[in-house]
Amino acid sequence: MGKTNDVVIKIATVNGTGSASANGLLRKAIFRMGVPVVGKNYFPSNIQGLPTWYEIRVTGDGYQARSDRLDIMVAMNAQTYAQDLAEVSPGGWLIYDSTWPRSKLLDRDDISVFGVPLSRMCNENFDGARARILMKNIAYVGVVAALLDLDLDIITTLLEETFGDKRQLIDSNMQAIRLGYDYAHAHFSCPLPMRVEALDKTRGHIVIDGNTAAGLGCMYAGATVGAWYPITPSTSLMDSFHAFCRKYRVEPETGKRTFCVIQAEDELAAIGMVLGASWNGARAFTPTSGPGISLMSEFLGLAYYAEIPAVVFDVQRTGPSTGMPTRTQQSDILSCAYASHGDTKHVLLFPADPGECFSMAVQSFDFAERLQTPVLVLSDLDIGMNDWMIPAFEWDDGYVPDRGKVLGAEDLEKMEKFYRYLDVDGDGIPYRTLPGVHPKGSYFTRGSGHTKYGNYTEDASAYQDVVDRLLVKWETARGLLPKADIRYSRFNSAAVLTVGSGNAACVEALDRLAAQDVNLNYCRVRAFPFGDDVREFIAKHDVVYIVEQNRDAQLRTLLMLDIDAEPAKLVSLLHYNGIPLNAGFVVDGVLDAIQRGQAA
Amino acid sequence: MSYIGKPKVTHPGIRRNKLGLTPRDYEGTVSTLCAGCGHDSVTAAIIQAVFELDIEPHMLAKMSGIGCSSKTPAYFVSQSHGFNSVHGRMPSVTTGANAANRDLTYIGVSGDGDSLSIGVGQFVHAIRRNLNMCYIIENNGVYGLTKGQFSASADIGSKPKKGEPNRQEPIDPVSTALSLGASYIARSFSGDKEQLVPLIQGALKHPGFALVDVISPCVTFNDHEGSTKSYKHTRQFYHHVVDMDYIPPAKEIRAAYDEGDAMPVELHDGSRIVLRKVDKSYDPTSRAKAFKYLREQFNAGEITTGLLYLDEERPEMHELMGNTDTPLSKLPYESLHPGAEELRKILSGYA
Ligand SMILES: Cc1ncc(C[n+]2csc(CCOP(=O)(O)OP(=O)(O)O)c2C)c(N)n1
Ligand code: SF4
Ligand SMILES: [Mg+2]
Repeated sequence: MGKTNDVVIKIATVNGTGSASANGLLRKAIFRMGVPVVGKNYFPSNIQGLPTWYEIRVTGDGYQARSDRLDIMVAMNAQTYAQDLAEVSPGGWLIYDSTWPRSKLLDRDDISVFGVPLSRMCNENFDGARARILMKNIAYVGVVAALLDLDLDIITTLLEETFGDKRQLIDSNMQAIRLGYDYAHAHFSCPLPMRVEALDKTRGHIVIDGNTAAGLGCMYAGATVGAWYPITPSTSLMDSFHAFCRKYRVEPETGKRTFCVIQAEDELAAIGMVLGASWNGARAFTPTSGPGISLMSEFLGLAYYAEIPAVVFDVQRTGPSTGMPTRTQQSDILSCAYASHGDTKHVLLFPADPGECFSMAVQSFDFAERLQTPVLVLSDLDIGMNDWMIPAFEWDDGYVPDRGKVLGAEDLEKMEKFYRYLDVDGDGIPYRTLPGVHPKGSYFTRGSGHTKYGNYTEDASAYQDVVDRLLVKWETARGLLPKADIRYSRFNSAAVLTVGSGNAACVEALDRLAAQDVNLNYCRVRAFPFGDDVREFIAKHDVVYIVEQNRDAQLRTLLMLDIDAEPAKLVSLLHYNGIPLNAGFVVDGVLDAIQRGQAA
Repeated sequence: MSYIGKPKVTHPGIRRNKLGLTPRDYEGTVSTLCAGCGHDSVTAAIIQAVFELDIEPHMLAKMSGIGCSSKTPAYFVSQSHGFNSVHGRMPSVTTGANAANRDLTYIGVSGDGDSLSIGVGQFVHAIRRNLNMCYIIENNGVYGLTKGQFSASADIGSKPKKGEPNRQEPIDPVSTALSLGASYIARSFSGDKEQLVPLIQGALKHPGFALVDVISPCVTFNDHEGSTKSYKHTRQFYHHVVDMDYIPPAKEIRAAYDEGDAMPVELHDGSRIVLRKVDKSYDPTSRAKAFKYLREQFNAGEITTGLLYLDEERPEMHELMGNTDTPLSKLPYESLHPGAEELRKILSGYA
């Protein structure tokens, strides 16, 4: 059961009815009270008329994962009453619109059910069908505000920020909120024991989703070409880049754009455009999700072999096939790592939250250009489309993009002859040239067999020379990429290892396990190929619980393939129903494994 | 097989262009195609076209997909960057390349399989964007590189070397491009260099998508009796309707044109394209009339060639998007982000 500053509220509505702004208002009000908060969307793959939920976790301890409890359900959708009622944790509350009483339907003796005649009140106070529906969806904010003791002045300020000088809108919204607020005060004992009490824990923080942050990162990284084909849940990444560019990438004198966003005809074309642009010296990227990765595979192999930089964001969703487009998963790990036929492997980055979406967006271009290879940033729907509270990220004005080994006109002028695929420096990374710079820089980019001089070949050893040198580059990448997030609590023989959005739930689970005297070390991988730090970490432990959000233990497989991790000590905890991971799953999984004697 | 460049022996008195370069400077490695392949003649026409246009080799980008035809960019202008991409996807790579650097001249070489079978989607969308490029289809009605299967441009009744005649409607790149609104559409024959060279020159100069569909016979798999893409058949049935001359800036129009048949079109750099109507009834500025004419000729088994449609007014991709004149790849990094202070302001909207 919840307590002060530890409350989970879920609002059940119908999509397309404007509830998003009401939910955002609640989440922001709590944040402005200085109390850490997380917001998660559960929405259908549909535009209008289907059930949708928003979950707000008030977490004074600052945890970021979904909770495994539900304290207050605001059931605004009669279609889902039964399901919503069942979901409330014992001792919790359910609020519903009692304009149409449903005491029989909403009956559970271990929770409290509050009816508030929201529709009736709004019909009496507002004119017009549209206004009445919208206001009903704002009025519940007042009810929740009363129950949780939220600061009405803060809510007013937020409305003012949203509506600016549209006084009438502010007033009518506030009036609706007041209706709910006053009704709750008159009929229930407000606030509930699990209230929100002002803290000072959100200063310097922001609430943002990963796609917005990644799009912003691409703008700051100096990306000029973005190509994409719309797909949930990656669409808002390009929307973000596009919006920031329209603001910051327009030449003041001419009104002309210094960016080019191309909506491609499909993902094959999107990645083709990225390769063409990168080959030609622009920072270019494409956001997509699993189905797009499948289509991009052939081109990714070309980029690997012909050594062309490319940045791809895969905001993963639930597969296989079309799967559940609006649910989360980490099930593209293997298909991204080895996308394309032949001996092909790709650099992957794994952001764990929107802050890393921003920083890794910038880094991905540096790595892609330094390593002259595709870099795939594996986010997921949970990170990309949910509202995370994170420290406000910063920009270093001293940042200089790493454009990698690119020869200029002067370098070429001095050279006897330029050869594209020679390993001059011994790090497996050759030098490249850009078109339009110098006739001596010309070479023929091809996905067919080539020698280290860049010529076509079908010669056995000349071919092998180049693919072997690519392995040298692979090892260079291993040393260059971000280190894992490794935490030792004290000397433990067992550990938890996870990736990406698994971080939030695992960190919370480790605290809970420690409270039960089960102490585990922790490793969160940030990149593939895995560094020596990961290899050593696994070697040090007898048991490593691999927590990941897919059915087939893809991260575990990758650890075995890339760094020969010993399968016997890698115990999988797999979560793959499409709902974001929570700490309870990890805690139960670990305790269960220990009980089954899997811990040495 | 050797990939060493041909020895570059310069003879006194050899032709030089304005850059002081000779035609040899525009050559590539030795072709590995079958002797007599139409594609080699197209390569020769490209070399002449680019040489005569005084294009600096490093300012040309050669793009292709996969196929015998797509190999040919290796056989011309070796001082240009080339990009031999994947099958059917040359248009997207060129779109990205052009997005990054609008200052280069883009020449794409593709095949009928590459552009009309596997790659028809990308072909269509490059036209829709009016991507500024010269797009050459070396059209032989078959997949040469995979040994002679019919492609989407094979005509009904055309007989393969082995097996059954084609029964499906062909996809004609010219009428497809016309219906999609391409701004420069030409057709020619690999065996007619005199017509082909100026058509390629116009295409290279045209600011927008310029298609040159070249009937380019495959001597090994589609040059037999009963094939509609053989040398013999093409020679017999093709005819010019509109020829063109490309006249560089500041050069006088010398040739004598018949009044009413010649139509000079000025390009943005002061050069001109002069259209010469061979068939006076043909109107290369009307999509509807051109379409009707082409269809009728096609039904009669004729192969209509020349500059079949021209629209110099349609804005190309960058103009349509309102992009800056500076190539995006050359913008200084400092101009591409608003800095730390502004980030703080942006993020304050998320607090
Ligand atoms: C994805 C893929 N599928 C199939 C092939 C095999 N393939 C290579 S070239 C080609 C056909 C080329 O035909 P066309 O474009 O007409 O060129 P041509 O050889 O006739 O000049 C095919 C099917 C390939 N390279 N890639
Ligand atoms: S197979 Fe046909 S298209 Fe290919 S090189 Fe030989 S003649 Fe030319
Ligand atoms: Mg062909």
